[in-house]
Amino acid sequence: MFRTVLVANRGEIARRVFRGCRALGLSTVAVYSEADRDAPHVKDADRAVLLGPAPPRESYLSVERILAAARESGADAVHPGYGFLSENWRFAEACAQGGLTFIGPSAEAIRAMGDKPEARRRMAAAGVPIVPGSSEPVADAVAAGRVAGEIGYPVILKAAAGGGGIGMAKVTSAGELAGAFATATRRAQSAFGSGQVYVERYLEAPRHVEVQVFGDTKGSVVHLHERECSIQRRHQKLVEESPAPNLETKTKRGLTDAAVAGARAIGYVNAGTLEFLVDPQGGFYFLEMNTRLQVEHPVTEEVTGLDLVAAQLRVAAGEPLPFSQDEVEQRGAAIEVRVYAEDPAKNFLPSPGTITRLALPGGGEGIRVESGVVEGSVVSVHYDPLLFKLIALGADRTGAIERLARALDACVVEGVKTTLPLLRTIAAHPDFRRGRVHTQMVEQGAFHG
Amino acid sequence: MAEEIKAHITGVVFQVTAKVGDKVAAGDPVIVLESMKMEIPVEAPRAGAVKEIRVREGQTVQEGETVVVLE
Repeated sequence: MFRTVLVANRGEIARRVFRGCRALGLSTVAVYSEADRDAPHVKDADRAVLLGPAPPRESYLSVERILAAARESGADAVHPGYGFLSENWRFAEACAQGGLTFIGPSAEAIRAMGDKPEARRRMAAAGVPIVPGSSEPVADAVAAGRVAGEIGYPVILKAAAGGGGIGMAKVTSAGELAGAFATATRRAQSAFGSGQVYVERYLEAPRHVEVQVFGDTKGSVVHLHERECSIQRRHQKLVEESPAPNLETKTKRGLTDAAVAGARAIGYVNAGTLEFLVDPQGGFYFLEMNTRLQVEHPVTEEVTGLDLVAAQLRVAAGEPLPFSQDEVEQRGAAIEVRVYAEDPAKNFLPSPGTITRLALPGGGEGIRVESGVVEGSVVSVHYDPLLFKLIALGADRTGAIERLARALDACVVEGVKTTLPLLRTIAAHPDFRRGRVHTQMVEQGAFHG
Repeated sequence: MAEEIKAHITGVVFQVTAKVGDKVAAGDPVIVLESMKMEIPVEAPRAGAVKEIRVREGQTVQEGETVVVLE
């Protein structure tokens, strides 16, 4: 086992990983930007190394500076967290070349799943259902039109190198295609450095259900059940839960079998997630694979009683998975909500500033709090707006919702606007309470007023 | 009458889309701000010609700060 882990991240996920390292008796190294000198994650680690100025390119996205920080601090392993460099295969490769253990999958698996058309091809070859569409990026609007004509409108244009909903455009008819193609190409180019886009059938009101998988270097691949993550804004998740409510046993079985088959087909090692869209008839289609720990991993930990970060560390050290498929049971129900510094009343406009007052519910009694901020923290324009997550566990879904609602009521954040009012509305909403959720609810205004 | 277009949020200037002398329509983006990984356009409140651009790409602007002036 390596001895010292550098976490190439900030905020709540850096703190979460440090906790996992401490549980295994490992030393920890934080890295930080000039904007994060006083950030809680810096104080949590045994050592901390300044990377550079606030803009991510000069700090958390700088492979060179992070490797230098590892050398300087004597770290022998790197955990990338999520976001930043976590799905950058060149970073994984650079760690390996620098003699550091990268706590995640192989550079090759990251590369293959990061190339969305290749991921679709590889998954389809493994028997995983995919959304009908072009298997390759399309050359121009005419080629896109040909594919759209075959699979039928509406279609969605997606960035080949992308993710997070950036560069996506829905096209409802042939007449809109040329304009939408130009916009999607331009956005993809500016966000990902590649303007390539591909075409997929657009599913109306699908659910987003994903499966947590875990592989080790001995060839074991298991799933840790599903997570329902349909409540999103701008294609980014707000609420996640496990188990997924109202999911037919047959659909769930199909999802977990497909996820394991897909991960096995690419020889996947460490924690990963296969995301699917599920249509109202129970049909499901592979969306993408996240080759890292997810923001929403705590709901899986709460229902399985397993520590995913500890398992990541052990597997990265070459140990076998600490659990077999039979030992991964889903007990009770867990729900996570993300509190972002955004104004839900103004279409989720970012709300940077200083947190002048922060009161969070205490942990325990089925409530878990994962926070990257404290009172006085400055919420910078340079980083993701996630402030903290609340995770509620109950004997059943109703119990989890009750606890969640009370925990949300106990939260006070002053100084920045947050998604808290919206999350309270969601927790009380009859459709959410009945487990009738889909990916377009927020945009359709289901939780207004 | 000149009109100052102000940033409605704090962010970093991601792109200056207008040039001095450009004729813009109401609702056209004049600059795009980046804040918390989101791109947010700052739009012209009315039609007019761009008289002055007060920011450059990469610069941090505060909410309420003037970014562009229309004729």
